[in-house]
Amino acid sequence: MLQQETKYPLLHVDWVVVLLYLVLLTCGWLSICGATHELGDTNFFDWEVRTGKQLVWIGCALSLAFVILMTNDKHYDTLAGLFYWGMVVVLVITPFVAKDIKGSRSWVNLGFCNIQPAEFAKCATALAVAKLINQYGFTLSDMRNFAKAAGLILLPMGLIVMQKETGSALVYLAFFLMFYREGMPGCILFTAVAAVAYFVVGIRFSETELPGTLSSVGEFAVLIMIWLFSLGMVCVYAPRTGFVRIFLPLGLGAVGGALAFSRWIVPFDVSWVLLLLCIGMSLYMVWQSLGQRAVRWLLIAVFTLGSTAFLYTADFALNRVLEPHQRLRIQVLLGMNEDDRGAGYNVNQSKIAIGSGGLEGKGFMNGTQTKLKYVPEQDTDFIFCTVGEEQGFMGSAGVLSLFLLLILRLIYLSERQSSTFGRVYGYSVMSILLFHVFINIGMVMGLTPVIGIPLPFFSYGGSSLWGFTLMLFIFLRIDAGRKRRL
Amino acid sequence: MSVSTNRFEVRKFVIGGVAIAIVVVYMVRLFTLQLWSDDYKKNADSNAFRKDIQYPSRGLILDRKGRILVYNEPSYNIMVVMHEQRGVDTLDFCETIGITREDYEKRMTDIKDPAKNPGYSRYTPQLFMAQIPAQEFSLFREKLFRFRGFSIEKRSTRQYTGAIGAHILGDVAEISQKELEEDSDHYYKSGDYIGKLGVERSYEKQLRGVKGMRIMLRDVHGRTQGHYQDGRYDTQAVPGKNLTLGLDKDLQELAERLLTGKLGAIVALEPQTGEVLCMASAPTYDPRIMVGRDRGKNHQRLSADKMRPLLNRAIMGTYPPGSTFKITQALVGLQEGIIDPQISFPCSHGFNYKGLHVGCHGHASPINLVPAIGTSCNSYFCWNLYRMLSNKRKYGSVQAAMTKWKDYMVAMGYGYKLGIDLPGERRGMIPNAPYYDKAYKGSWNGLTVISIAIGQGEVTATPLQIANLAATVANRGYYMVPHVVHSIQDGELDPLYRTKKYTGVDRRWYDYAVAGMRKAVIDGTCRGANLPGIEVCGKTGTAQNRGHDHSVFMGFAPMNEPRIAVAVYVENGGFGNVYGVPIGALIIEQYLNGKLSEASQKKAEHFQNMHIKYGDYER
Repeated sequence: MLQQETKYPLLHVDWVVVLLYLVLLTCGWLSICGATHELGDTNFFDWEVRTGKQLVWIGCALSLAFVILMTNDKHYDTLAGLFYWGMVVVLVITPFVAKDIKGSRSWVNLGFCNIQPAEFAKCATALAVAKLINQYGFTLSDMRNFAKAAGLILLPMGLIVMQKETGSALVYLAFFLMFYREGMPGCILFTAVAAVAYFVVGIRFSETELPGTLSSVGEFAVLIMIWLFSLGMVCVYAPRTGFVRIFLPLGLGAVGGALAFSRWIVPFDVSWVLLLLCIGMSLYMVWQSLGQRAVRWLLIAVFTLGSTAFLYTADFALNRVLEPHQRLRIQVLLGMNEDDRGAGYNVNQSKIAIGSGGLEGKGFMNGTQTKLKYVPEQDTDFIFCTVGEEQGFMGSAGVLSLFLLLILRLIYLSERQSSTFGRVYGYSVMSILLFHVFINIGMVMGLTPVIGIPLPFFSYGGSSLWGFTLMLFIFLRIDAGRKRRL
Repeated sequence: MSVSTNRFEVRKFVIGGVAIAIVVVYMVRLFTLQLWSDDYKKNADSNAFRKDIQYPSRGLILDRKGRILVYNEPSYNIMVVMHEQRGVDTLDFCETIGITREDYEKRMTDIKDPAKNPGYSRYTPQLFMAQIPAQEFSLFREKLFRFRGFSIEKRSTRQYTGAIGAHILGDVAEISQKELEEDSDHYYKSGDYIGKLGVERSYEKQLRGVKGMRIMLRDVHGRTQGHYQDGRYDTQAVPGKNLTLGLDKDLQELAERLLTGKLGAIVALEPQTGEVLCMASAPTYDPRIMVGRDRGKNHQRLSADKMRPLLNRAIMGTYPPGSTFKITQALVGLQEGIIDPQISFPCSHGFNYKGLHVGCHGHASPINLVPAIGTSCNSYFCWNLYRMLSNKRKYGSVQAAMTKWKDYMVAMGYGYKLGIDLPGERRGMIPNAPYYDKAYKGSWNGLTVISIAIGQGEVTATPLQIANLAATVANRGYYMVPHVVHSIQDGELDPLYRTKKYTGVDRRWYDYAVAGMRKAVIDGTCRGANLPGIEVCGKTGTAQNRGHDHSVFMGFAPMNEPRIAVAVYVENGGFGNVYGVPIGALIIEQYLNGKLSEASQKKAEHFQNMHIKYGDYER
């Protein structure tokens, strides 16, 4: 029985994922047709054009998928370490053998094609981390274990940063979503999200004045957020302590009173009131922790004080630490700088392309913005523009839905894994996929920073396609063999 | 393992929720980008489409014999794309097209000024300078490659075959801001040409044709990448239609020649059709000066001229009709039964009644209708009007009688615009009962307003209205609305110009008016119009006004098969027979015979050289 199952893994493959994979692949290839098609040129199958090449990459990817499904899934666990360290070596060597392409040294020339090792390192890292967490007695709440796992992720990440591929490196942050599933305290994730929120709001509205006062909207709003988040954390981690009953009305009264005073009597910077409130709250919490000997009070106090400190350092960092072009990018992203010809050009053009699609789009290969090359990198990082322009809202919403279905299906498949190895690996694949979709589609719609990472299965290029195929089908192979492990 | 895992299993919902939340936010974003507004779509179109406008050739204007009056000549516009215009040697540029540095700067500023150039875009060609003549243009074309961002657009300018007909033909010029705002179809773009005066304006739609448009795809570098959708949405330019005018070029030339050195107007109509055979207004100007870059300067000079050469006096000048108006009085009186052809009225050097005196010249008395018209007896027509306005038995009140009288005048084409196909026609003035009630505070009678009987007082009319009266008499009771255009290529004339307008006076009464006008020519006031071999009917007029009297003539010929009706107005020309009659006779002779006899040619030369000295008063 067991032997038969390993002999015929195709019988147990999750066909929903395979189907979604094939549909996305087809949509992707058609989008490349639309993006690269030039007027009067209709031969998509020529090796000389990108559509023809992409067909070859797709063919290779499908063969790769088939080969993976035919392998013995026991090997993944055992070979994970070797694969990982092999990739690390490759990543170390890469910058020395790679040619400089637009400032990045990440492409290795194999003679017949160029390969980006970073795309495959994700898969290796996922396997290695899965193997690590799968070890008996491993818990992420153990700081040493957590450091080990984080180290496995940060090593390739750092190596990729050295290749000047910051975008690909940031993808490794996706592993923290998997860590969260595996027991990393939610407050870490929450703190990270909160930090992003503070940064965006604080910087974006730093120069807007709150009506009737002398304070900036950004500073005010972030302090309000810190106050509310702190109260929320107290609710979750130290309920029933009367803390909220003191500080919620106190805060409301102080802020209301300050706003009224500033509005009708003497205008002043009301942020000071909030700042004092937050500091007061932290001191109260420290005093509580001393009295009750409870670490959680101290941690919340650290969160509140840390958040406040972060607010005042972010502004400093933006203006003093970052290079002018980096600052400009951030300002453009936050809509503070309408630089439609410079840094904002790509995003502006891609928004125009998507926006001009309307409900039903302009029709396959009828997109004018993409065809006339208004959108840069339209067949790689900005491929989603073509979908938006040519297939309209229906098409682009459809593609988004397909990705969502695939992600939800991967969560479902991961949860049904009998082994921690399978589950961790599944969540890693899912997280990386989600991160790519989140950043890439958000980027073309002007919602997330322009980080040059491809849209899985859509963007032109073999490395990315093979990397995702490898990752996904290894998981499908593990999933197909899950029953044997029971 | 399983204990800790189970504790965290609920987190799959958090993670799934995050994924769903991201997709929902992105869907909303897609919705706002793609469906909420079409700003992005417009932006995309302006990005990718370059609309090449194909200008149609404007229709030609021909005279009634098919001779060309107005045609097209190629000229060139200099266009500039501001976005691409960089590093141009301004000095060289200005020298090549012959403008000053300041002029260059001003043009550049004007292009960017949204108030002056509403459709401004940095990325599309904007008009820098219009109508470069061919010789300056060739130098510019040689150097064009040096002037980045500049390009040439081929257009055409109007040209005139002769110096005549400025008021009728009109001209074209760049569309004004006001006209752009009034263009509800949004057909015109800033820099387009539009008819400004004359038939160029009134037949603008037919003459201009329809612009075509080629939608070209333009890539990010501004290079053309072929037709959008293989030209499916391109439209072809439709050439403008040719206009054939009723105008006779030779007649128009003569009319303008005869008015040299005078102020006034000559209008000749073809009675059966209402077509304008000639329409001269003096002083006039050479339409050829209204072409090209000097148009603005010349137009300004003409506008400032005290003699007002831009005024088409034939349709815009309102004068007292004088004695020509007596014909209308006779017809109304006959139709209303106030007079009959046999009844005679006394004339003792004028109309004397209840202490009122209207003077007249010496002639036999008493006098009946036909000789009264022939000698232009003031008294006869005063009696006629007085009897009408004081006939309380028939009308009930002077107001009712006045209203009746006014209705006849309006039916004969007075008091309102006739509706000629030229811009700017004036309506003249026919007073009505409420007008006099207001002027005399309700206390007035036939005697108060007696001067309107002889075409003086409050009554005014345009020379066109007088010519129309001649045509009505020639037609014995109806007129066709006068119009300049004979036919439009592949088109129909306005039905207004194809309908007979009856005046409400019977044909038999017109026969008496004709007889009177014939008598005036044979042995009355119009003897100067008695042409050999042509039965001319005429009526003089001597219109009193602030200065010296206007010399007026109205007539038609031949009597029984009228082919031309004419009105002549010479401001301050004195008695009707001084200028009006001989000029009218020359017009009739030229038209009916196709040429002037030797004697007449001498006469024409004589009148051409008779200049009237005009004072400085406002006209």
